[in-house]
Amino acid sequence: MNVQNEMKLSFLSNSVNEAFARTAVTSFFTQLDPTLDELTDIKTAVSEAVTNCIVHAYRDTIGPIQIVARVLENNTAYIKVKDRGCGIEDVKKAMEPLFTTAPEEERAGLGFAVMESFMDTLRVFSTPGKGTSVVMKKKLTSRVRHG
Amino acid sequence: MNIQINASDELVTVYLTGEIDHHSAGEIREEIDRSLESNRPKQLVMDFKNVGFMDSSGIGLVMGRYKLMQTMNGDVKIINTPNHIKKVMKLAGLDKLAAIE
Ligand SMILES: Nc1ncnc2c1ncn2[C@@H]1O[C@H](COP(=O)(O)OP(=O)(O)OP(=O)(O)O)[C@@H](O)[C@H]1O
Ligand SMILES: [Mg+2]
Repeated sequence: MNVQNEMKLSFLSNSVNEAFARTAVTSFFTQLDPTLDELTDIKTAVSEAVTNCIVHAYRDTIGPIQIVARVLENNTAYIKVKDRGCGIEDVKKAMEPLFTTAPEEERAGLGFAVMESFMDTLRVFSTPGKGTSVVMKKKLTSRVRHG
Repeated sequence: MNIQINASDELVTVYLTGEIDHHSAGEIREEIDRSLESNRPKQLVMDFKNVGFMDSSGIGLVMGRYKLMQTMNGDVKIINTPNHIKKVMKLAGLDKLAAIE
């Protein structure tokens, strides 16, 4: 798909960066003039993906997280969140609602379910020991353009 | 995140302000649990009026408080919930555990 705009963001997996990352990505997509609901959906999905890197991928350590955000044709937002952490053994199982490997930390096991429901598409690529990439897309309502 | 608590042995009301995510949830949990354990109320009311953002870490927070209230034979009520937060709560089925207004 034709890439019309792109930004990249790299930061360390400190939990204080969760708010920074979701705010930065949402700011980038305001250029598409989306509705407030659509922006909140994106904000929530990004927060889930980034939190997973911090909580699971780099469980007892701090490591790099990279986000690529793109504007694709048809007013479509593309977001990739990538870590070089522990990876996921069984992606299909990890994506099942309520599945969590950290119940003692009051995790609900709903992060992937939130991403799936708030975005149009969600794909997860993972190699144990190497890391995980989460790719999400959402077509935003085309509103009347100014100028 | 800023949190204000109004407590009696009948009712603990928690007024949440700001964003609820994994970064902020730990501190909120500690403050609420301290009050629940010293007051052992019949009901916990969580006021979401001034919460601007919440993701699944907030779901874990509410579910955990629900479980704690259950051990005290009490229940949880959620009030003044903004629409976008209601959407996350419904997805998680929280409306089956607690009254959401
Ligand atoms: N980036 C990642 N690296 C390694 N493991 C991951 C990653 N993302 C998710 N997982 C695994 O997939 C499981 C499910 O993730 P999901 O976000 O759905 O739930 P959760 O993070 O456990 O709970 P919640 O998101 O509700 O707080 C996690 O418990 C974890 O085992
Ligand atoms: Mg998660």
